[in-house]
Amino acid sequence: MAIDLHKYANPKRFLAITSAIYPWSVWLTVILLLGGLYLSLFVAPPDYQQGDTVRIMFVHVPAAWMALMIYTLMAVSSAVGLIWKHPVADLTAKAAAPIGACFTFLALVTGSLWGQPMWGTFWVWDARLTSMLILLFLYLGYMAIWESFDDPAKAAKAAAILALVGVINIPIIRFSVDWWNTLHQPASVATMDGPKIHTTILIPLLVMGLAYTAFFVMVLIIRVKAEILKRRLRVLQIAELRES
Amino acid sequence: MSRFFQLIGRDIRLAFRQGSAITLSLSFFVIVVVLFPLGVGPELAVLARIGPGVLWVAALLACLLTLDRMFQADFEDGSLDLLIIGPMPTEMLVLAKVIAHWLTSVLPLIVIAPVLGLSLNLPGDSIVALTGALLVGTPTLSLIGAVGAALTVGMRRGGVLLSLLILPLYIPVLIFGVAAVDASIAQLSAAPHLLLLGGVSLGALVVGPLAAAAGLRLSLS
Repeated sequence: MAIDLHKYANPKRFLAITSAIYPWSVWLTVILLLGGLYLSLFVAPPDYQQGDTVRIMFVHVPAAWMALMIYTLMAVSSAVGLIWKHPVADLTAKAAAPIGACFTFLALVTGSLWGQPMWGTFWVWDARLTSMLILLFLYLGYMAIWESFDDPAKAAKAAAILALVGVINIPIIRFSVDWWNTLHQPASVATMDGPKIHTTILIPLLVMGLAYTAFFVMVLIIRVKAEILKRRLRVLQIAELRES
Repeated sequence: MSRFFQLIGRDIRLAFRQGSAITLSLSFFVIVVVLFPLGVGPELAVLARIGPGVLWVAALLACLLTLDRMFQADFEDGSLDLLIIGPMPTEMLVLAKVIAHWLTSVLPLIVIAPVLGLSLNLPGDSIVALTGALLVGTPTLSLIGAVGAALTVGMRRGGVLLSLLILPLYIPVLIFGVAAVDASIAQLSAAPHLLLLGGVSLGALVVGPLAAAAGLRLSLS
């Protein structure tokens, strides 16, 4: 019992803190998302070349930001979990992975929907697209290794090792893909060096980015809570089995 | 240190006496490369264009094929437990295993690669670059692969998971490796690419054994 208390001391505090944050994150998500969508769909001017297609960017770019941010967060919490054996850190990394994979997927899909009218094709082997695709594979591998162990403590460690090796590799992959792209495709399709981003576009973009972050915090809290409760349930079930 | 070399020697002897391990990955490599001309068509210009990529991808896959055997056999007969309990640090054990894997499963591919390069109509200079790039770059494949092999050791269907975990991490090696050969085909210096490959290999030499040893301790605990 003493071990149990020690184990749950941190999750309990964590649950208390997150329960306080949760309503705020919900309201922030709703307000920022509505505001951001209004700003980006109605207020922001259409691009002089791309027309209304440019509005896809307001959904696409924050998703790509989130995809990278969530992997970094996963790596940091994996390191914390590995070094200080902090169970909540492991669960946070686990809970964040599917959300990150969804954001990566969203970035890829919206990117290719934007690419169809702009480049005339759904997919271009552009450096950014390719490295996002590789990031999606890294997410999938991370999620797969969590599923492959029966023992959650072992799975947490294995996944943490993988996430850390992955995060060391990401800059190398990014660099090599950039290199590969310039070697094989000298005429880049997506040159963004037109006019610099104007504030009428930048503000909706930032609001959408904040909305995505608030959304991520909200979903992350739900998922981590569910993971903690799942573990408690497991402990209770085992205890019940022992008694009977 | 003598234990380290004894372990390498033991693994090499095992691989040679079983025999099938070396010939299997070698014939896999050759067959995969042979499939490409059959699929793409026999035009020599096309083959020379895709040749470096085909050879590198085939080498990646052949290496992946033998990776799950790196710790699996020792895990099954229990000798891996003894090796970890023994006086040698687990990191060194991993390094010995990696060297043995590279010598038995990857080096034969590098030996045969020039012949396959000729069959894909690669010019002579680029075959030298190809061999050099393979020599410098493939240690990374074994080193990073060891991490995946250590994490999946003891799993029933570890091989499939291994490829999902490891292949994305192989991408830099593939890109720089092909770039080196392409550069020499274009009469440019392959040296920058080879240096980058060497840098990646040295980085993997640091990270690989550490992470793989952590993975092994975890899988056996």
